[in-house]
Amino acid sequence: MSMQKQQEPQTTGHVWDGDLQEYNNPLPNWWLIGFYLTVIFAIGYWFLYPAWPIAGTYTKGFATITYTNDKGVTKTVHWNSRALLMEETNAAVAKQKPYYDKIGSMTPEQIARDPDMNSFVISAGKSLFSNNCAACHQQGGVGKMGFAPNLTDDDWLYGGHFDQIQQTITLGRHGYMPPFKGVLNDQQMTELADYVLSFTKVPVNPESAKAGDALFHSETAACYYCHGANAKGRTVIGSANLTDNIWLWANVPAAKTVADKEDAIKHVITNGLHKGVMPTWGGRLSPDQIKLLTVYVHDLGGGQ
Amino acid sequence: MENQDSLELYQKRIPIITRSVKGKFRRFKTAVLLLGFAVFFLLPWIPWHRAHGIPQAVAFDVGQRKFYIFNLIVYPQDVFWLAFLLFIAAVFLFFITTLLGRAFCGYFCFQTLWTDAFMFVERWMQGERPVRMKLQKQAWNGEKLVKVGGTYVIWFLISFWTGMTFVLYYGYAPDLLHRFFIGDAASAAYITVFGLTFSTLIAAGFMREQICAYVCPYGRFQSVMYEPETLAVTYEYRRGEGKNGRIGMKGELKQREKRQEQGYGDCIDCGICVQVCPVGIDIREGLQYRCISCGLCIDGCNEVMKSVGFPQGLIRYDSELNAESAAPKAPHLHWKRLKVLGYFAALVIMTTGLVMDIVNEKDFEYSVEQIRQPLYVTMSNGDIRDRYEIRLTNQADESVRFHISAEGLPPGALNLGLMQDALVHSGHSIIVDVGVELKPDQIKQYKSFEFVIQSLTNDKDRVEVPMNFFSESSGI
Repeated sequence: MSMQKQQEPQTTGHVWDGDLQEYNNPLPNWWLIGFYLTVIFAIGYWFLYPAWPIAGTYTKGFATITYTNDKGVTKTVHWNSRALLMEETNAAVAKQKPYYDKIGSMTPEQIARDPDMNSFVISAGKSLFSNNCAACHQQGGVGKMGFAPNLTDDDWLYGGHFDQIQQTITLGRHGYMPPFKGVLNDQQMTELADYVLSFTKVPVNPESAKAGDALFHSETAACYYCHGANAKGRTVIGSANLTDNIWLWANVPAAKTVADKEDAIKHVITNGLHKGVMPTWGGRLSPDQIKLLTVYVHDLGGGQ
Repeated sequence: MENQDSLELYQKRIPIITRSVKGKFRRFKTAVLLLGFAVFFLLPWIPWHRAHGIPQAVAFDVGQRKFYIFNLIVYPQDVFWLAFLLFIAAVFLFFITTLLGRAFCGYFCFQTLWTDAFMFVERWMQGERPVRMKLQKQAWNGEKLVKVGGTYVIWFLISFWTGMTFVLYYGYAPDLLHRFFIGDAASAAYITVFGLTFSTLIAAGFMREQICAYVCPYGRFQSVMYEPETLAVTYEYRRGEGKNGRIGMKGELKQREKRQEQGYGDCIDCGICVQVCPVGIDIREGLQYRCISCGLCIDGCNEVMKSVGFPQGLIRYDSELNAESAAPKAPHLHWKRLKVLGYFAALVIMTTGLVMDIVNEKDFEYSVEQIRQPLYVTMSNGDIRDRYEIRLTNQADESVRFHISAEGLPPGALNLGLMQDALVHSGHSIIVDVGVELKPDQIKQYKSFEFVIQSLTNDKDRVEVPMNFFSESSGI
């Protein structure tokens, strides 16, 4: 360095306005060589991969990629990341295939009892559930009040046995409750709400609850037709069990006062329900995928 | 571009042409070289019986994610052993450095070993130092081509086999070697062999001491760890130089008494210590950052001192403290120091910890995590349920059945669903989801409990995993 200081500064030799000169600070060679190498690399890249846009098209490059599309046709095209994704997806599917082959020949219960298969269900089911079911049932199957049932508790509207869950997923469900607006007056509805709340030890007026009990089993309201004489619901038609702590349509747990809880239930009785719709998955998912989801959902709620 | 004569930023490397030497440090260095090479080159070829996996004493199966080291199988979950080992290696390096200086550099470092081996080849092919110097100055002719070319060919072969051997650790050596030559090995094998062949050739054949001086960080930070008590290669300046400096052996100066009368030192300025030095320094100028503490100059000097009948040890391993004292005593290890003992204690504790951990290793890996979506759920009867995901990996050679239970929970609270005792195949992992259900009034009492995972094959393989029960009242 000290030697450099003694030197006159190097200039490019250009002079403007008589005395304005430009210092010459050449780049280090290692830097220049590195720069030229990146240029050479870039040229090689242009020849191999899609690079330059030209009018409505682009240079495709000489590199090719072979993949099999979803119709089973194997194609060789110029290199592109979409085909790469297809190829990688196929590889992943091929890895899952031995498991799916086994699922085809096993009953859901056998799958749930086999440690290896059950582990596969927990891992593969998580992504299958997230892609297809979580839009309504939420991530982890926790459900949403007033929208989609919680799958992690032990209350099953249409039954929690393997075959019932499998049927629910395959065919879908449509829950319906008629509106009682105009059929029952406000007091009758309050009595019915009190009767329902009395099952879970909510401090309601016992007289009113008793009247509700009578009304529930009478032909006037005829609640027992669907909800059963014991009010525990019927899995065949998916009518709710009214005696437990699980609520889907009337947000009773969030209501603070008894009056609010009554109102939540009365709202459902007044307007009925026509929105408990679960779509049919039979045509969208393969029978093996549905069987896998059956085991997964069964495991979520601890099963029945 | 510029005036090259006056504006050279770096000095050109002066080639180091070393003279061979005999002595105890050279013998030790050769012994370490032979041992090191024997271990490195032969280890992949030792067969080892295993029920599953590669039948080779040491094999790193990256595909199966299992490292076989004799009877030990290391899984990715054990990666902290590697971290532990690196800690121990670091502390061991500090410990040795504070006692003996850069002994690692001089005798054990692979840069030193391979450079040393290449220098043997050089001498064997081209002859001793003066012959090699003559050869270097000589114009290119058939003889030079054969000697220098032959050296490069042998260097290349050693480098190639070094890269090849490294790769052989990552598979079943005979099979991998065969596949390598018929073009059937993984591309990673070819890339690694290519890379290691050329890096070995360049580092040990051409860059040599420049690696230590400019590339290697260890050499530089070890220098900082020298203390006055550290044993370093030391030239006893007062004895060597006397009052009037060093001087050659001529006339009556061949007698030590006469030299001392005339104020000359014991150094006869033969230059052997410089000629044998693999890093090209003159140790008589004092301790330098390039010195790798290999002791070859000590051997060289001792041999010369013996032949001229002067006492040996003009150059020796000695501490600055002793060598510069008024009356130097015989060099000895200064180990009674807080730093040395501290390093030693750390080494003992860490090594014991690592060994204990490896010895007590269970034949399975586990993890238990609470499922956090949902964190808890209210059941139809008002009970609260938490769910937990248990992962088990069987590291034993055979299939093992595991029993999962819980301690510190009321009876019936643990719900294993349909998964009772779970059979896990060798090397496989499984996931089991279990539920714990508590009545609202039990939550306070059973805030924490333990999962017990017990192998039904081996009583010793049992873990108790403390867990917490979460609910709304937990304040989460």
